[in-house]
Amino acid sequence: MTDTEVPTSQKKTDRWSAGVIPYAEMGYWEPDYQPKDTDVLCAFRITPQPGVPPEEAGAAVAGESSTATWTVVWTDRLTDYKTYQAKCYRVDAVPNSDQYIAHIAYDIDLFEEGSIANLTSSIIGNVFGFKALKALRLEDMRIPLHYVKTFQGPAHGIITEREYLDKFGRPLLGATTKPKLGLSARNYGRVVYEALRGGLDFTKDDENINSQPFMRWRDRYLYSMEGVNRASAATGEVKGHYLNVTAATMEDMYERAAFAKELGSVIIMIDLTIGYTAIQSMAKWARANGLILHLHRAGYATYARQKNHGVNFRVLAKWMRLSGVDHIHSGTVVGKLEGDPNAIAGYYDTLRLGKLTANPVKGLYFDQDWGSMPGVMPVASGGIHAGQMGDLLHYLGEDVVLQFGGGTIGHPMGIAAGATANRVALEAIIKARNEGRDYRKEAQDILKAAAKQCRELDIALTTWGDISFNYESTDVPDVVETPTSI
Amino acid sequence: MRITQGTFSFLPDLSDEEITKQIQYALDNAWPLSVEFTDDPHPRNTYWEMWGLPMFDLKDAAGVLAEVNACREAKPNYYIKVNAYNANYGKQTVGLSFIVQRPAEEPGFRLERQEAHDRTIRYTLHAYAADAPHGSRYNGHQ
Repeated sequence: MTDTEVPTSQKKTDRWSAGVIPYAEMGYWEPDYQPKDTDVLCAFRITPQPGVPPEEAGAAVAGESSTATWTVVWTDRLTDYKTYQAKCYRVDAVPNSDQYIAHIAYDIDLFEEGSIANLTSSIIGNVFGFKALKALRLEDMRIPLHYVKTFQGPAHGIITEREYLDKFGRPLLGATTKPKLGLSARNYGRVVYEALRGGLDFTKDDENINSQPFMRWRDRYLYSMEGVNRASAATGEVKGHYLNVTAATMEDMYERAAFAKELGSVIIMIDLTIGYTAIQSMAKWARANGLILHLHRAGYATYARQKNHGVNFRVLAKWMRLSGVDHIHSGTVVGKLEGDPNAIAGYYDTLRLGKLTANPVKGLYFDQDWGSMPGVMPVASGGIHAGQMGDLLHYLGEDVVLQFGGGTIGHPMGIAAGATANRVALEAIIKARNEGRDYRKEAQDILKAAAKQCRELDIALTTWGDISFNYESTDVPDVVETPTSI
Repeated sequence: MRITQGTFSFLPDLSDEEITKQIQYALDNAWPLSVEFTDDPHPRNTYWEMWGLPMFDLKDAAGVLAEVNACREAKPNYYIKVNAYNANYGKQTVGLSFIVQRPAEEPGFRLERQEAHDRTIRYTLHAYAADAPHGSRYNGHQ
């Protein structure tokens, strides 16, 4: 054997030749692969660049979100690389488009237990800027139960929240304090008091209310809790105000959360902008300290709204359930913000149910088993009013917080009157539903009848009765083609 | 004041016919009903007195209403509520709970404030009626 000869056992195959070879040929495209129960599964919507075959595009996503880099590396051979390579096992063309849905399986060993940061760094860490793709969207994930069990999950969940608040059989009612910015703490607490004594269960800081020059957090907490307790005394009900603890550092957030706890608040709030790790930390804190944790999804639409690129909200909903929040804003269907009814039904199912079956109409690509992980209470907020109560109950169900900000505070007779109108409308619709009436079709009659004994509701219906926001959604599930057997 | 605990406290008091329809809704969902009463309406008073055990095997709305009325007769000046319990896996909690009787006079709650350090205040709710012993509140009727 000469110096330049290579032993037969180390003869290079094509797979291991130095240079660049297609991902599909490196093992990232495996059409015969049978996903294991323990695999994390992803459905990506891919739009390949012209000339890139869809299987190669799918394999590239699998490669770049798992072990691959742009060129062959011999150090792969020091590992049991077949375990660690993600496998694109199915690519379906989306009818009438240049898009494909690529299904990719990841071995559970790729992920650190209980870490959303790690899960997302893998799955969405690198691939979204990939040149071979025009656009890429993560549509859904199947989190195997084995991995679900490594997460804390909601600090309390829907059942515990209801028992803690002693409120059953109807959606909860809330309102965000308006104007969002500029109120002094003393004036702010007035809104809290009026809205809660009028009949709401919760009031809420807005996402951008943190600790600005016009109102520092500590003052806001003090006045808000005066409002909460006064309202509780006036009604005999448990009331709460979501005290936003969002801040620049964990130390600041813990300090604010601790003060909310000291004042006896039942609930605190965080923004999505604080990041996944901070959310998981606050969820741990919330469970340890007995406060409900509300999440405002500030910023989510920057990556969740466009159909061809980003991360679908249903995926974010799964991450947040794992992360451990108790509330999350999830759309209203009928309000001023984006939301297709079927897609939103899919989000609500994802947050609330224990077990989901794949359902293309709702945009659910996979079965999902949550085991016994508690559900997250969805929050419907943005441009909704008492006149829509029938539709809201129909689309969103009972385990939801309906938040009427403008629809409470903008009432001509005042904030408490706005709150009363919403509560009466809600109770009247629930009562009618339970009586077996077609509450959605008859909603206007039911509300008008209730308004005869409630001037606040009467005025609300006159003011907002026919306001609706009918714009086409930018994001709807793909049309389902009826499968034809061959 | 009017205590607004329960699902329907913002509506006019329910008639027997309306109560029966709500009971029927619970029965249609296979939720057993129970009746509870109290003279301590503090929002954190979780455990109202039970008017017998939950009626797991009673499938007749009229029968449940009869228990409501028996409780009303025995406790004319108490708060009384009807609970419907959802025992299904994943729920195992109350599905519906509404007040069906309240005392003629509801004096409500005093909010006690204890001024503490650095402008913090410790709040306590105190039902005015709770100053009298159990059984002699709300005009003293048993």
